[in-house]
Amino acid sequence: MSDIPSPSQGQASAPHLTLADVVPAVPRPLVDVVGLVAGIAWLAVVAAALGWEDVGDWPRTPTFAAAAGLVAATFIVLAIGSRWLGAASRWLDRAALWLIVLGLFFTLWQLASAKLGWLPLPFFPPPQALLEVYLDDFPRLGESILASVKLQLWGYSIGAVAGFLTGVSIGWSQRAAYWVHPVLRFIGPLPAGAWLPIAFFAFPSSWSAGIFLIALATGFPVTVLTWSGILSVNPAYYDVARTLGARSRFLVLKVAIPAALPHVFVGLFMALGTSFSVLVVAELLGVKAGLGFYMQAAQGWGDYANLYAALLVLALLCSGAVSLLFAARDRFLSWQKDLVTW
Amino acid sequence: MVTATIQTPEAPRVAGASLDIEDVSHGFELDGTVLEVLDDVSLHVAPGEFVALLGPSGCGKSTLLRLIAGLEPPTRGTLSEAGQPITGPHPSRVVVFQDPTLFPWRTVRRNVAVGPEAQGTLKQSQQRIDEALALVGLTKFAKAYPHQLSGGMAQRVALARALVNDPDVLILDEPLGKLDSLTRITMQAELVSLWRREGFTAILVTHDVEEALFLANRVIVFSDRPARVKADIPVDLPYPRHRGDPRLAELRRQVLGLLGLDADW
Ligand SMILES: Nc1ncnc2c1ncn2[C@@H]1O[C@H](COP(=O)(O)OP(=O)(O)OP(=O)(O)O)[C@@H](O)[C@H]1O
Ligand SMILES: [Mg+2]
Repeated sequence: MSDIPSPSQGQASAPHLTLADVVPAVPRPLVDVVGLVAGIAWLAVVAAALGWEDVGDWPRTPTFAAAAGLVAATFIVLAIGSRWLGAASRWLDRAALWLIVLGLFFTLWQLASAKLGWLPLPFFPPPQALLEVYLDDFPRLGESILASVKLQLWGYSIGAVAGFLTGVSIGWSQRAAYWVHPVLRFIGPLPAGAWLPIAFFAFPSSWSAGIFLIALATGFPVTVLTWSGILSVNPAYYDVARTLGARSRFLVLKVAIPAALPHVFVGLFMALGTSFSVLVVAELLGVKAGLGFYMQAAQGWGDYANLYAALLVLALLCSGAVSLLFAARDRFLSWQKDLVTW
Repeated sequence: MVTATIQTPEAPRVAGASLDIEDVSHGFELDGTVLEVLDDVSLHVAPGEFVALLGPSGCGKSTLLRLIAGLEPPTRGTLSEAGQPITGPHPSRVVVFQDPTLFPWRTVRRNVAVGPEAQGTLKQSQQRIDEALALVGLTKFAKAYPHQLSGGMAQRVALARALVNDPDVLILDEPLGKLDSLTRITMQAELVSLWRREGFTAILVTHDVEEALFLANRVIVFSDRPARVKADIPVDLPYPRHRGDPRLAELRRQVLGLLGLDADW
């Protein structure tokens, strides 16, 4: 950077002092101590896995120990090289406390279930049993994941689009509201699960019944919030647009809908939660595929490791879906101020 | 440097339209009773005239502007623009509202572009949009969102959004009310030169007597609600005007008297 501000910079980026310019930078410590402790905590996981005999038959114990060892080694390298390794080391610095707690948790879990048998088996399997599921039952698990994701995507998309369109029409048109509102009030609050017995014989396949149930659970909150979003649009926006020559098409597409989008997002978020619960219930009770079905089968066979493994995947999927939704919001609603971060 | 081609002709073009407000009365229904806001208002504005409306707060000035804009039909009476009855909003009559009411999801530039976009002339209007932004001094903020602007800047965007439509009648509802006094004086001068250059008809509501006298050909003073025309004062001074003109001070005294403030100053 030269000292002379270029004319193109102008006022918008006038010289701006930050704290970093005034306070002399403190040199980063040679070793990230907390990060190092995290590495040691994960070495404890290795020690716990290798130091005692297993009380049961878990062929993946060495693999588990090796994986934990790899994690520990990574943390130690990042901690020692914190001066040179930039972003990754900064991540370690931020996450270190959590990583320590996780290391201790795995150590305790390892000891309590695989080594000392404090936790009753087979209900509380050790971590290597879960690892075994991921490594050795992956084809079946992966297929279930795919089935769940597909079902959820179809159901949620159909429900969200239908809910959005219904919400916009009843928010905009009195006549649409006249016909749809009573139906919405009567059917909407009914938990989607109550449709389950009917859905499974009324639809040609349990798959389409599942889509119906998820779409229903998604559609209601999206409809109601889109509707309320459209109704709460500041009427002055319409006045402005109309005096500038806007016709109803412009008023709906370019005024009402963008103004209502923050509400629509809340609806989509709420719908995501309910639709997940319907997804799992549908798969537990009728759909012959997916993570719910996998868990149901695992429980039937007493394969508790499979049950936990699937549950963990489900948690990751749900949380990932919410993150995705928030990312979409940050993209499309960046004009809002004071957004909740996820 | 590239010299921009000059778009506006040297001679003032008379693009303004006449406005005729005939015996207009208007009321609002409030809890079953009718609140009379305008009482038999008649007003004739010649093409290209600059008329300022003054009156006590809440007397019905904004309501009259809404009727002129065509946003609401009057309870009684008729309004017409260039001889044609006003039946609804039309981009030839553009309003700068009391609140800037920008669309928060659009950037400054896209807010200014709303008119051309709604009228389907967005492609041809790109240069006009940039000119309007430059006129209100917000070229640097073209990509900012409304929540990143100050109140005065937002009001300037609203002004640019109106001007970009090249209106025949520009309806201004206290457009400079939120500006600091320095920007206000600059914008007043800008408004006058713009009006003289473009030749539109201007209807301005303001609380500022000096502003009304500095800008307008005629000042209409309204009574308390329901608003009636209390006085119609021609301001027979040539432009550009000077704030220190003794004739302005004299008119100011007269208008303040009509507004019931003579004893106070
Ligand atoms: N939509 C409405 N419904 C009911 N009453 C209204 C409505 N709009 C305005 N009024 C009433 O009409 C009267 C005049 O309002 P208006 O906004 O025209 O006043 P104004 O002269 O512009 O005042 P100010 O100078 O404070 O802006 C007020 O008493 C207001 O309460
Ligand atoms: Mg007003």
